[in-house]
Amino acid sequence: MNWLYVLLGAMVGAPLRHLTDRAVQARFGTAFPWGTFTVNVAGSLVLGLLAGAAAAGVAGSELQLLLGTGLCGALTTYSTFSSETLRLAESGTFGYAAANVLASTAAGLGAAFAGAALAGAVWP
Amino acid sequence: MTGPEPGEARPRSAFRAQAPVVAAVAAGGGAGATARYAATLVWPTPAGGFPWTILWVNVVGCALMGVLIVAVTEWRTTHPLLRPFLGTGVLGGFTTFSTYAVDVHGLFEDDRPAPALLYLALTPVTALAAVWAATAAARRALLERPAGGGAR
Repeated sequence: MNWLYVLLGAMVGAPLRHLTDRAVQARFGTAFPWGTFTVNVAGSLVLGLLAGAAAAGVAGSELQLLLGTGLCGALTTYSTFSSETLRLAESGTFGYAAANVLASTAAGLGAAFAGAALAGAVWP
Repeated sequence: MTGPEPGEARPRSAFRAQAPVVAAVAAGGGAGATARYAATLVWPTPAGGFPWTILWVNVVGCALMGVLIVAVTEWRTTHPLLRPFLGTGVLGGFTTFSTYAVDVHGLFEDDRPAPALLYLALTPVTALAAVWAATAAARRALLERPAGGGAR
């Protein structure tokens, strides 16, 4: 029944990504894919925190499947990120395409480190 | 975009218009994430090992996204819920950015900087190559039909 935790988490995470993307686009426009950037960084932060909590022994396997594999996994996306990067490159804005890859990777990795550091501070 | 609705009717009609899309994204996302979880069970990554399974999940998901975008934006007019279900939902839920970022961190934590840096660079390079190549292949297969062949 482990897959049910993944399914439940993802059925919240994926629509949350869609609604966040719409809200961010309504506020900041569609020239740069800030919506996907936002969910990818936020999801990496939460998953980093969860991984740290799991390492500290305070997050069980069910919670990891629900919030990690399911919610954070579906909240974040690589396919839309790649597709939006290709769209930027094809429309001639190579600078934006490169910035999207570098900024998303750097910010996502930074968020994962920050989440893990936060977990280390909360559950030493 | 929702139609021009004056006054108080707008928020409710916007919600009504969004509800099927949100449901399609939720259903697709659940299916995609469950498929990703299944892939990690079939091809488990040993503790401290190189996360090949998630790398392949992301690369395959990016290639399929390239095909889907060509199919629904350049090839055919499809059902309005097809792209939210398959793209935002299934492929969005199948692929993951957070697991990639946290696995890179984990490799650094395990004092394995070389695999960490390799995984850090290999994922965007292969994923972008996959979406680019799949988009080009889909355009060739779907859009560049021989003259008169199969056209209605």
